[in-house]
Amino acid sequence: MLEGLLIGLSTAVMPMNLLLVVAGCLIGTFIGMLPGLGPMSIIAIMIPVAITIGDPTAALILLAGVYYGAIFGGSTSSILLNAPGVAGTVASSFDGYPMARAGQAGKALTVAAIASFAGGTIGVVLLMIFAPMLSSLALLFHSAEYFALMVVGLSAIAAFAGTGQVFKAVTMTLLGLIMATVGEGALFNMPRFTMGIMDLQSGFSFITLAMALFALPEAIFLVLKPREMGGDGEKSGRIGGLRITRAEARAITPVIGRQSVQGFFVGVLPGAGATIASFLGYAVERNIASKADQENFGHGSVKGLAAPETANNAACTGSFVPLLTLGIPGSGTTAILLGALIALNVSPGPRLMVDEPQIFWAVIISMYIGNVVLLILNLPLIPYIAKILTIPRNYLIPFILFFTMMGSYIGQNNATELLMLVGFGVVATILRFADYPLAPVLIGFILGRMMEDNFSRAMQLYDGFGFILARPMTLGLLIVALILLLLPSYRAQRARRRAKGVADGD
Amino acid sequence: MTTWKPTRRVVLAAAAASLAFGGAAQADEHQILDSVHFIIPGGAGGGWDGTARGTGEALTESGLVGQATYENMSGGGGGVAIRYMIDNAESLHDAMMVNSTPIVIRSLTGVFPQSFRDLTLVAGTIGDYAALVVNADSDIESMDGLLDAYRADPDSLAIGGGSVPGGMDHLVAALVMEAAGEDPTGFDYIAYDAGGNAMAGLLSGEIAALSTGFSEAVDLANAGEVRILGVTSEERVDAYPEAPTLIEQGIDATFVNWRGFFAAPGLPEERLEAFRTMLAEMYDTPEWEEVRARNGWVNIHNDGEDFREFLEQQEQQIGDLMRTLGFL
Repeated sequence: MLEGLLIGLSTAVMPMNLLLVVAGCLIGTFIGMLPGLGPMSIIAIMIPVAITIGDPTAALILLAGVYYGAIFGGSTSSILLNAPGVAGTVASSFDGYPMARAGQAGKALTVAAIASFAGGTIGVVLLMIFAPMLSSLALLFHSAEYFALMVVGLSAIAAFAGTGQVFKAVTMTLLGLIMATVGEGALFNMPRFTMGIMDLQSGFSFITLAMALFALPEAIFLVLKPREMGGDGEKSGRIGGLRITRAEARAITPVIGRQSVQGFFVGVLPGAGATIASFLGYAVERNIASKADQENFGHGSVKGLAAPETANNAACTGSFVPLLTLGIPGSGTTAILLGALIALNVSPGPRLMVDEPQIFWAVIISMYIGNVVLLILNLPLIPYIAKILTIPRNYLIPFILFFTMMGSYIGQNNATELLMLVGFGVVATILRFADYPLAPVLIGFILGRMMEDNFSRAMQLYDGFGFILARPMTLGLLIVALILLLLPSYRAQRARRRAKGVADGD
Repeated sequence: MTTWKPTRRVVLAAAAASLAFGGAAQADEHQILDSVHFIIPGGAGGGWDGTARGTGEALTESGLVGQATYENMSGGGGGVAIRYMIDNAESLHDAMMVNSTPIVIRSLTGVFPQSFRDLTLVAGTIGDYAALVVNADSDIESMDGLLDAYRADPDSLAIGGGSVPGGMDHLVAALVMEAAGEDPTGFDYIAYDAGGNAMAGLLSGEIAALSTGFSEAVDLANAGEVRILGVTSEERVDAYPEAPTLIEQGIDATFVNWRGFFAAPGLPEERLEAFRTMLAEMYDTPEWEEVRARNGWVNIHNDGEDFREFLEQQEQQIGDLMRTLGFL
């Protein structure tokens, strides 16, 4: 292993390769900030360039830089504008955006950068040591377990079910699950609930919903209720320092440690990936946090930001395990990377490490260097990136509106998306005024389709609900989900009982 | 403002690439068309996208075409792009839309009201056969073995695929079962949302066999992960001659998942001729050979009337099967 490491290292630090990784990180970060252009499309764009380079190692180094840059760039728009461009960064906006609104944009971006770096780096180390052994772990999960895992991920909605909010949060989750059923499903080849509208054939697009539910209502709120949103611009316009206090560092260190490992292993499963990892990370960290910390989740908790950011990046690294050792792409992005690898005459699979160790190690080292370069590159850039928020309101709002519309349009190149964006945006704004949490809709929507697919496969294979008892791991995961869901209301009830007589209500 | 699209960047990148290779030098020698506009009915990175961009790359770099532009137009399983081609036929004389077997399947199931007959057929250019594969350590060695296992216990043999029930992978599996004299509705078809997940399902033992594209199967067979039981070609394929055909195992089933190009209805005859000549000449260029090899495509050229006959025959084959399966 040491020998391979040295070969990989000596290749990766050649000036040309370092230049490529820096270029890749920059391109990835800046394009990644645009909603609608996630890692998948950016890598697709860069592949012709990478193939022109010819040398597989150099090409992979460029692509790894682009990949990490894109993931980090995606978090930036999530945190600053509440505009998550890819599903994997939705959870980052839950706490990142409230932090930015509270005048801590600089700190939020720093936490995100450090968490991403740590998640990615620890992920690479795990990949380096365990990759060959992990290929069997990647095949441990069947559809039944994936279904159960997604139920656990769904428990992230508990963070939005505060006191008196349980009904609202559940309603919103159901709404998201219902919306996920529109379009062609896994069970039938006929479209469902499209009302004959051809543009709904493949269902609602994630990016349009994310913009309509998150970014658009924020912009409208800024117009309608300037006061409440920190009106005079004093608070919201402030970026704040980049520095993290000692107490905050102590708070996020264990979170980052746990989520690097958890996120990595979720990423190893080809049917799960970064999005599931980020929701699971958020759910688990919230539910094991202390009562006081828990109240903070969803309102600008550093833990709530660090958890999904770490898990997301660790999972992206983890997804290289099935890609490199089995040749199985677990996500759209890795599917495109697989195409690029094959185009470069590298065939991933169990023999890659034996036949072409220099390529395997070059990939690993390039991922590591991509992480380091990204951190070095981005920490000094954070104050400038965060300056977006100091743009005066009357310029910032049109900018956000343009940004959201562009995001929803370029994903599909379809103008109907804009109509849906505005329609859902209006509904979402009304729901916000009625104090309904909107995040659960998106969580339900993202997880709904995958849950249904896996559920229907499990039902089909076991002729009914038998899979729950037949597969102990499924049962175990479902019990975990139940505990995560019931724990908050149990705690709340206990607290209420204690508080009785002292003060009424909250 | 909103016209900023990823496609632009790819055009730039492709231009940069052609400059780097010096391929543009011979441009005016045998140029057939100044420009071709590719309409891609799906998003960036999909199979249609790769086919259009790869074809465009070979055409421009070989100098057959001066310039290629691309437009991704997803929606309606391809229906949005077809409607666009028909509605704007007058102004789309330099445009070709890429499509593949699903245009036949989806017009049969009524996903969109149009069919290939509403468009001008240019040519089928590439294709991929289908294959049935099992895990490399499975004790099923051949199609006979698979059928024996199925006859012994129909419930225990689940065949998976990366398409919805009634989609291509399911149809291929049903076609094989029917040709082997079994009830094509009898076996359990397990649908996955992507080929990668279906492959994971096979390797994890969730399903016993997988219906998939041949080139994908070859990659995994080369890696020693799967065994190809049968391929749907007439004769063994050079890319992996170890894989037996279904026909040589006594199962009379053939299937080609083609990809090709369509133009707007009412396209002037001379323009259609130019498109067809351009594609026909492309096969002899080293630039095409490079793109083809890089993507692992198989040249299956169906020009003019051949393309129409092929599509009609495939529509018949798939339509009959879907009626048997109860999807129509």
